[in-house]
Amino acid sequence: MEYEKLISRAAAEMRPSGIRKFFDIAAEMKDCISLGVGEPDFKTPWAIRQAGIQSLEKGRTWYTSNSGLKELRQEICRYLERRFDLHYTEDQTLVTVGGSEAIDMCIRALVEPGDEVIIPEPCFVCYYPITTLTGGVAVPLALKAENGFKLTADELRAAITPRTKLLILPFPCNPTGAVMRKEELEPIAQVLRETNVLVLSDEIYAELTYGHTRHVSIASLPGMAERTIVVNGFSKAHAMTGWRLGYACGPKPIIKVMTKIHQSCIMCAPTTSQYAAVTALKNCDADIESMRKEYDLRRRWLVNALNNLGLTCFEPQGAFYVFPSIQKSGLPSDEFCKQLLYSKKVAVIPGPAFGDSGEGFVRISYSYSLDHLKKAVSRMEEFLKELGV
Amino acid sequence: MYMEQILKVLETNARTSLEELAAMTGKTVQEVAAYMDECEEKHIINGYRTLVDWERAGVADVQALIDLRVTPRRDFGFDEIAARLADFSEVDSVLLMSGGYDLSLTMRGKSFQEIALFVAQRLSPLEGVLSTATHFVLRTYKKDGVLYGKDPIDERECQ
Ligand SMILES: Cc1ncc(COP(=O)(O)O)c(C=O)c1O
Repeated sequence: MEYEKLISRAAAEMRPSGIRKFFDIAAEMKDCISLGVGEPDFKTPWAIRQAGIQSLEKGRTWYTSNSGLKELRQEICRYLERRFDLHYTEDQTLVTVGGSEAIDMCIRALVEPGDEVIIPEPCFVCYYPITTLTGGVAVPLALKAENGFKLTADELRAAITPRTKLLILPFPCNPTGAVMRKEELEPIAQVLRETNVLVLSDEIYAELTYGHTRHVSIASLPGMAERTIVVNGFSKAHAMTGWRLGYACGPKPIIKVMTKIHQSCIMCAPTTSQYAAVTALKNCDADIESMRKEYDLRRRWLVNALNNLGLTCFEPQGAFYVFPSIQKSGLPSDEFCKQLLYSKKVAVIPGPAFGDSGEGFVRISYSYSLDHLKKAVSRMEEFLKELGV
Repeated sequence: MYMEQILKVLETNARTSLEELAAMTGKTVQEVAAYMDECEEKHIINGYRTLVDWERAGVADVQALIDLRVTPRRDFGFDEIAARLADFSEVDSVLLMSGGYDLSLTMRGKSFQEIALFVAQRLSPLEGVLSTATHFVLRTYKKDGVLYGKDPIDERECQ
C-alpha cells in the first residue's frame, strides 16, 4: 500500500510535537537526568484516589451523561465561582478527556477553513496542529522577552484581521511561566470587546501561581464571559494527569455544539475519573496548597541557581517551568540542548519547540525533587565551564 | 509561614545551605540564620543528623525496640522514670505511648546479647519498671521517611 498517498494531507502535514522528538533520544540514554516533564511529580492526593476506588467498588462502571456527571458539573461551577469569581451553570459546562480534548472541541466547534486563530508563542504545542487539522490558519504571534512574554494590546490589535475567529490565551503559560494580571488583561479585553473575536482561555495552570495575587480569568472581566471559552482541568493542580479529565465552560450555544462533537467522538469522559474529581473539588484545597508551596520553593531555588550560572531568567510566576535565556552560551537553543544532553546527560527542552519566538531560551521543568534539580544544575554548571563561558 | 517551610526543607536535608534556604523562601541569609539560631535556642531544632544504613556500611550493629510498662509516680507521672531512662547513653529514644504499654525505647548495641544483658541488668531492676518486651530489628526498609538502599524511580513516561 502507498500509505503516503492514502493518509490525509492535513494529517500528514500536522506539526509534530518538538518536545517528543528530543526526548526520544534522552529516553535511550543511561543515567540521563531529565528536566523535561510537563506533569507533576506528586501522586494524586490519596482522598481523590480513594474516591476513584470507591466508585469502582460500588460498580459505577457505566457511561455518564455526554456532558459529564451532573454532580461534577455542579461542583465545577461552584469551584470556579469560589476560586476565580466565574459564574457558570452546569449547562454551560462540558467535562472532557483532559484539557486537551476541551481545546480540540473548542477549536473544532468554531474554526472553519480559512479562519484565523491567533496563537501567542512560545506556548503549549497543541493549538497550532489542531487548528491546521481543522483547516484553520494558525497565526503565531511572537511574544517578547522584554515584555516578560505577556501579550500586549498593541500586539493583539496588529494581529487581528477580518478573518480572525479565535484568540488563544495561554496563561499561566507553559513554557514561560508568565501570568497575565488583571491590569494587563483589561487592555486585551478592551481590544476584543470591539470585535467578534472569541477567546480560548487555557487556564489549566490557574491554581499554580506564585506571589501575591491569584490567577485572574479574562472571563471574569466585564463583557468577556460572552466571548470566552474557559478551559481547565485536573491534570496539573490536582496531580491527575493519568486520569485524563478536564472541562470547558462558556456561552451555552458554543458549549452545546462542543458537546455534540464530543458525543460523537468520545461519548463521555472516564467515569471513574469523574467520581474522583468530585472529591478533588470538594475536599482537596489543602492538598493543592501544599503542592503549590513545594513548587514555589523549588521555583525560587531554581531561578536563583540559574541566574547564578548566568542563564538569566525573569521570574516565572505560574505553572512549573522556568524559561531561562541561554544567550550567554553563544549557542542556538537546539544545539545547546543537544550538547548538554550528549556531554552531561541533562535533558532540557529547546525554546523553539514552543514556537519560533522561543529561540535563545530553553524550558526547564521544576516538577522534580530539590535533590534532582541540584544534581542537574551542577551538571549544567560543568557544561557551561567547559564551554568556556 | 516561610518558617515552617525552612523546617520542612531542613528535615529532609539538613545540609541545605543558608544561601539556598534564603533563595527558596525569598528571605535574606541573615534572616534565615537568625531564625535558625532562634529555633536551636528554643529546641525547635534539636540537631542535624545523618541517616546511616549501618548494615550497608558493614558495621555490625543491632537495634531494638523495647516496650516498658511502668508505675507512674505520684506528682511526677511518667516524667521522672522517662528522664532516668533517657540518661542511659545506650538508649536512642524514649517515647511515652498510648495503648498497651507506657514507654517505648529504641537502642542500639553491638550484639543481641549486649542488648539483652542491658535490659536484664539495667532496665528491669529499675524501680517502677513492671515489665519489658524487647523486639530486635531485623531489617530497615524505610526510616524517617527515607527508603533505605533505594533511589526513587521516576515512572513518568511522557516527557
Ligand atoms: C498549557 C497546557 N494546556 C493543556 C494541557 C493539557 O493537559 P491535559 O490534557 O492533561 O488536561 C497542557 C499539558 O501539558 C498544558 O501545558
